[in-house]
Amino acid sequence: MSDFLLELFCEEIPARMQAKASEDLARLFGEKLAEAGLTASGLETHATPRRLALIARGLPQATPDVHEERRGPRADAPAQAVEGFLKSTGLSRDQLEERDDPKGRFLYAVIAKPGRATTELLAEIVPAIVRALPWPKSMRWGTRSAHEGALRWVRPLHGIVAILGDRVVDLEVDGIRAGRTTRGHRFLSTGPVEIASVDVYAARLRDAHVILDAAERARIIGERARDAAKAAGLELIEDAGLLAENAGLTEWPVPLLGDFDPDFLDVPPEVIQLTMRANQKYFACRDPKTGALAPAFVCVANIEASDGGAAIVAGNRKVLAARLSDARFFWEQDKKATLESRLPKLGDIVFHEKLGTVADKVERVAKLARWLAGHIPGCDPDLAEQAARLCKADLVTGMVGEFPELQGIMGGYYARAEGLDPQIADAIRDHYKPVGQNDDVPTAPVTVAVALADKLDTLAGFFSIGEKPTGSRDPFALRRSTLGIASILIRAQLRIGSVGLFRQAEFPFAEYQDGSRAVYREMLEFLIDRLKVQQREAGARHDLIDAVFALGGEDDLVRLLARVKALQAFVATDDGANLLAGYKRAANILRIEEKKDGVAYDGAVDPKLLAADEEQALAAALDAAIPAAESAVGREDFAGAMTALAGLRAPIDNFFDRVTVNADETDVRANRLRLLARIRAAAHTVADFGRIEG
Amino acid sequence: MALSFQRLILTLQDYWATQGCVVLQPYDLRMGAGTFHPATTLRALGPDPWRAAYAQPCRRPSDGRYGENPNRLQHYYQFQVILKPSPEDILDLYLGSLRAIGIDTAKHDIRFVEDDWESPTLGAWGLGWEVWCDGMEVTQFTYFQQVGGIECAPVAGEITYGLERLAMYIQGKDSIYDLAYNDDGVSYGDVFLESERQFSAFNFEHARTDLLFKQFTEAQDQCRELLAADLPLPAYDLAIEASHLFNLLNARGVISVAERQAYIGRVRELAKGCCEGWMKKNGWDAGAAK
Repeated sequence: MSDFLLELFCEEIPARMQAKASEDLARLFGEKLAEAGLTASGLETHATPRRLALIARGLPQATPDVHEERRGPRADAPAQAVEGFLKSTGLSRDQLEERDDPKGRFLYAVIAKPGRATTELLAEIVPAIVRALPWPKSMRWGTRSAHEGALRWVRPLHGIVAILGDRVVDLEVDGIRAGRTTRGHRFLSTGPVEIASVDVYAARLRDAHVILDAAERARIIGERARDAAKAAGLELIEDAGLLAENAGLTEWPVPLLGDFDPDFLDVPPEVIQLTMRANQKYFACRDPKTGALAPAFVCVANIEASDGGAAIVAGNRKVLAARLSDARFFWEQDKKATLESRLPKLGDIVFHEKLGTVADKVERVAKLARWLAGHIPGCDPDLAEQAARLCKADLVTGMVGEFPELQGIMGGYYARAEGLDPQIADAIRDHYKPVGQNDDVPTAPVTVAVALADKLDTLAGFFSIGEKPTGSRDPFALRRSTLGIASILIRAQLRIGSVGLFRQAEFPFAEYQDGSRAVYREMLEFLIDRLKVQQREAGARHDLIDAVFALGGEDDLVRLLARVKALQAFVATDDGANLLAGYKRAANILRIEEKKDGVAYDGAVDPKLLAADEEQALAAALDAAIPAAESAVGREDFAGAMTALAGLRAPIDNFFDRVTVNADETDVRANRLRLLARIRAAAHTVADFGRIEG
Repeated sequence: MALSFQRLILTLQDYWATQGCVVLQPYDLRMGAGTFHPATTLRALGPDPWRAAYAQPCRRPSDGRYGENPNRLQHYYQFQVILKPSPEDILDLYLGSLRAIGIDTAKHDIRFVEDDWESPTLGAWGLGWEVWCDGMEVTQFTYFQQVGGIECAPVAGEITYGLERLAMYIQGKDSIYDLAYNDDGVSYGDVFLESERQFSAFNFEHARTDLLFKQFTEAQDQCRELLAADLPLPAYDLAIEASHLFNLLNARGVISVAERQAYIGRVRELAKGCCEGWMKKNGWDAGAAK
């Protein structure tokens, strides 16, 4: 058994690609090993900015010998059959043996494959996986790039270390020969680094100022950044994304604390934090007492500098000051014009070629928001309309031009700065929400109106031009918008039928200007699908949502969920579970018999034909339960409807225990089938029980 | 003492001359980036080895700030190095140039941060990095993969230094205008401040858009004629001019968002035509374009 080390040494790999490359390397190597008939007792991969490494433990010296005998067609079989056999074995006719057995003379293929040395297999596997490694973008370089078949890689590949046990595996990839020599840190290490075996690899790299494990680099960054902030009386604002990115930008991370001019704190904290994060990859700090953003940053250097980092901090301070000056310039400039005065410019931004400009969208959203205000308790229609008209105005500010991620947030700040009603400012700020499953859902009435109107317009617009998401393709993020619609409706408990909502949305595309029932149906189904996703965490079962929705006519999400919740509680009880079983039994029998007879047994039950006590009891129970359940549903007393149905459990159980449905007398049988149809009808007052799982 | 602005250029010229580069003088046309220089765009094509280095004034009309912003100019310098094929040790050569201009890599944090380059007007793209020195972007580094829609074979490495930023860094200045231009008391502002004021006014206020539109069309027409006459080099000059005229029109704010793409497409068509013409003139197979 030997351990194998592979290191692919190259120029700086983009931070965002390293984790995936590391996984791909493990996957591809694992697949190739399996194909070659080798197994490793352990497999790990690592990535740094300048190298991908793979360590496979416990590889055998060779694959076992394989001896295989296969019987083929008769010796006198037609040529075609023999041909097929030759093809499947990869042998030629004269390599086959002929053997007699009790059934005749047959062709035999005797295949003896000697095992192959692991070294030899690795020499084939490594070049294949180096070429097959999938990068988001790859390139050619150097002299070889002029030739056909030149290696394409993420950045120029310079060296390969391939060692099995303590011996170099002799292999080559596009002119690069494997050896045992690598390099350490770009600046902190000089000269070649020799690797004797897998066991010393990580340690030798550490000596050369390279920390191989990305998780360790991230841990070092986190700990030292926190310590640096703490030493200055501050608290680091944690950011897992930045941690990973900085770990991908450094082989020897050294976090350093710097400060900036507190005057910049006039600029909204979101702007400062984003400037630091997006442009400079700095961590931000807060004052632990007030929670406010502190005028400080932590940058992560890749070297242990000879002056302790003084020059690095000074340089980074200067860069940040220039960035913050830019941000302050935008902030001051933007405040000079009102949001209202920017509206004409929205006519220059195309929202979608078939759906008009952003100005067109804003007009539609404003109308819709005003209408919605009438259905949202405490919502002022004038404020809703005004907020909607202004909600996209920040798209043409300098700041959002520079930082598109700040859309909404900046609009909110600018609205407040020009003295607009705080409800309007909040609505502008929050109208993109919720941006994902875990984002806050707006509850302020004006915000609800604008957020809902914006999303509804998007959904209606794209559905009306046939741009529906398919599979993984959702270029306009309609799933997210629609999830937002469901979340807002439910959170605010808005009692508006969805089809009514869709009808209010405008369909700018000519073909659908009058609205189209087919589109409403598609939108509703899409919305229900999103509701199921939204409820995955909130806890309503997706099959129960289907069961209620399948009845048709229920497009009020709030009521639909109330029904689902009552149903969910009911099926969890003994009575509910038994009723469900009884329903399924009844529905099954009905399905079979109705198919056999070619008739539907949904007529009235004839009381004169009810012979057995159990069937009389069941008919009476159904006669009481169905109107009770219906009337409870009408009152939206869904728990009450379930209680009415619960009373059916005993009569149904008794009926199935004692009564034979398929009686000899034709009219009695038909009557009993009609009784079963009544059970089905009773259940359908609350849901299509047929769609409930289990 | 820290290098003056002109000493910085001289040092880089000297350094790259010893690496076998021809040291060129700036191209005498208004252009948005050193990449537009035919010594880069056209020479990046075809099989012949090529190494060149030059400072190139760049004009970005929209970036003008009337001399009031310490970091932004409508006219600034790039130092451009092109090495074809890209040598194995190109990054070490580049780091050598940083040391030559006085950046101690044991004290400063040099980083290669992913930045893929694409020029829609040149139909060109490549992969590389922006190089950071203590968090400041000082260089753009690109392995050209395609130029004018034509596959680069072999690939050239392009190094573009932002000279003003680099000088600000080396000299420790907060404003471009305070940079020492030479070692005898002349500042960058002495040389360029008034020019920034006047050209900002020209770019944003006075450039006559009717003339610019006309000139754009003329440049486009003549470029096509020259391509038809199998004269790709002068044709390419006109493509460069068309590109700059478009930038001016853009700064004047008379090109709508919808039209923008169409104009970029027109310039790209010209540039592609010139690159293809250049390949053809040299007897190289432009059909290798994928």
